[in-house]
Amino acid sequence: MASITLEKVSVSFPVYSSATRSIKNRLIQSATGGQIRSESGSDRISVVQALQDINLKLESGDRIGLVGHNGAGKTTLLRVLGGIYEPNEGRVSIKGSTVPLFDISLGMDPESTGYENILLRGLYLGLSRSQMRARLDEIADFTELGDFLNLPIRTYSAGMRMRLAFAVSTSVAPDILLIDEGIGAGDAAFLEKASQRLKLFTEQVSIIVLSSHSEALISKMCTKAVLMEHGRVIGAGTTEDVLEQYKESRDGSPKAAPLEVSISPASVPQQAVVPSPCDPGSGASAKDRADWADRTAHLLREGRWQDVDLDRLVTEVESLAHTQSQN
Amino acid sequence: MISSTTKAQSPLIQQLRRGLEPEQFKNAWLDIVAGWHRRELWATLGLHDVRQRYRRSTLGPFWITISMGVMVFALGLLYGQIFGQDLHEYLPFLAAGFVIWGLVSAMILGGCTTFISAEGMIRQLNAPVSIYAYREVWSAVIAFAHNIWIFVAVAWWYDASLSWNMLWVVPAVLILLINGFWMALFFGLLSARFRDVPLIVGSVVQVLFFLTPVIWRPEMLPDRALFLQLNPFYHMVEILRAPMLGHVPAFENWAAVVLIAVFGWVITLFFYSAYRWRIAYWV
Repeated sequence: MASITLEKVSVSFPVYSSATRSIKNRLIQSATGGQIRSESGSDRISVVQALQDINLKLESGDRIGLVGHNGAGKTTLLRVLGGIYEPNEGRVSIKGSTVPLFDISLGMDPESTGYENILLRGLYLGLSRSQMRARLDEIADFTELGDFLNLPIRTYSAGMRMRLAFAVSTSVAPDILLIDEGIGAGDAAFLEKASQRLKLFTEQVSIIVLSSHSEALISKMCTKAVLMEHGRVIGAGTTEDVLEQYKESRDGSPKAAPLEVSISPASVPQQAVVPSPCDPGSGASAKDRADWADRTAHLLREGRWQDVDLDRLVTEVESLAHTQSQN
Repeated sequence: MISSTTKAQSPLIQQLRRGLEPEQFKNAWLDIVAGWHRRELWATLGLHDVRQRYRRSTLGPFWITISMGVMVFALGLLYGQIFGQDLHEYLPFLAAGFVIWGLVSAMILGGCTTFISAEGMIRQLNAPVSIYAYREVWSAVIAFAHNIWIFVAVAWWYDASLSWNMLWVVPAVLILLINGFWMALFFGLLSARFRDVPLIVGSVVQVLFFLTPVIWRPEMLPDRALFLQLNPFYHMVEILRAPMLGHVPAFENWAAVVLIAVFGWVITLFFYSAYRWRIAYWV
């Protein structure tokens, strides 16, 4: 029986600057008793809290979809479930063989032939060479690549590589399968053809956790869903309920905007200047900024000065002053 | 959610104060054992690393052999003249020294990039991270297996006679690999956190090459200098070179290398137990 239990799991990432990446600096620092401190705070290590206090229990038969905005912690949670990240706090217990399918073309060697790559990927999945040899013909058949399998895969098209990777990855059913968004993206035709195999394959898997932005895919494949935001689980339950909640939270977010304006109105004129609101780069940064303003406002109200990114606060206030003087 | 923190105390000191929990040690040990069970994977990866560099050349990895051969002959002729050495003795000595140095330095320098170069895989694959250390050691072994033929050719050319002492080669290679493995884990771990470690180690190894009797003979020193005895590389080279040249390795060399292995492993196991789980965050 496969199962995954997470209890009070928190994950935070250190973000190192080049100064904190240097053992020379570190040694000098400890030799001088840590009294040399640069003004800019470059010797400080920022910490990104990616997951906070996650409690989850997954059992055999669960088909779980992870939804949430970019940066909500979905990928980090998948990596914790796969045992790649051990959490800073809390306990993780995983029973059963786990296969993470994050980057489907991971570890493909472009200079090796198709057959060699089938063997190589099999080894990645934890199989032995002899097990892979037994499956080689079946996999080769499924890819329909024929003699191309004797050529180095740098000569393959993206679609051909995709077929190869897909065929190998679905040749052995693990107990627990973790899928990150983007698997099969852009190759819908092949996925259609492969859906039969995928169905057979997924039926053998006890637990599937799927992270995706495609609500159609989630409601098709999953029976339960988990909604994440800012590294927390803010909703869990049946797929329909959670997708509904996700939709509401997205529609609701513009209403939260006045809060951010009161702290940093600078973001508003900036958004107005941007000629095309669909521009993903500026959209993301304005969104980032809004998130940051929300958090800062929250921290300030609670009087938690020590947690506020002061450097950034100063920069933001300065830019605010400049924008107003320009206007 | 982002917050800035200053560490009041280095985590290492905190770790030393608190000590290691038995579970951390157990997990680290299980990681190394599980890594061994994945040997088909890391052996393949190590082979790919070596092959990749020479993939589209006709001679393939034998370019390793050729470049080593060219270096040994050129330096052999030059330094044989400078030191006034009999080539009959000097060339096999130099060839053996170079081949062994190649193995030892490859394990250390490659060890520094153990985890850095496997960054993508560490974050995607739920395999024990020790497989990357095995992989580095294994590709050093493969390169060594190509280089050793230079020594064999030189020894054959100068009619070196076989002797039973040569059997010492096997345990000597083994203990060097045991040392290489902790170096790959230790320096790999340190380099993953502190990115200037590979540069520091690189320049130290370069200096040590000249301080280690590879090109020159230990007997050339007026009296056995202390720095020779304190140089760990001298002992590591000597335990393998002596049997290759048909001598019995000195006890002091073996004692030193075994001591390095024990000491190195104790330190490495401590660091690996404490920080293994951080590697995925650091790379």
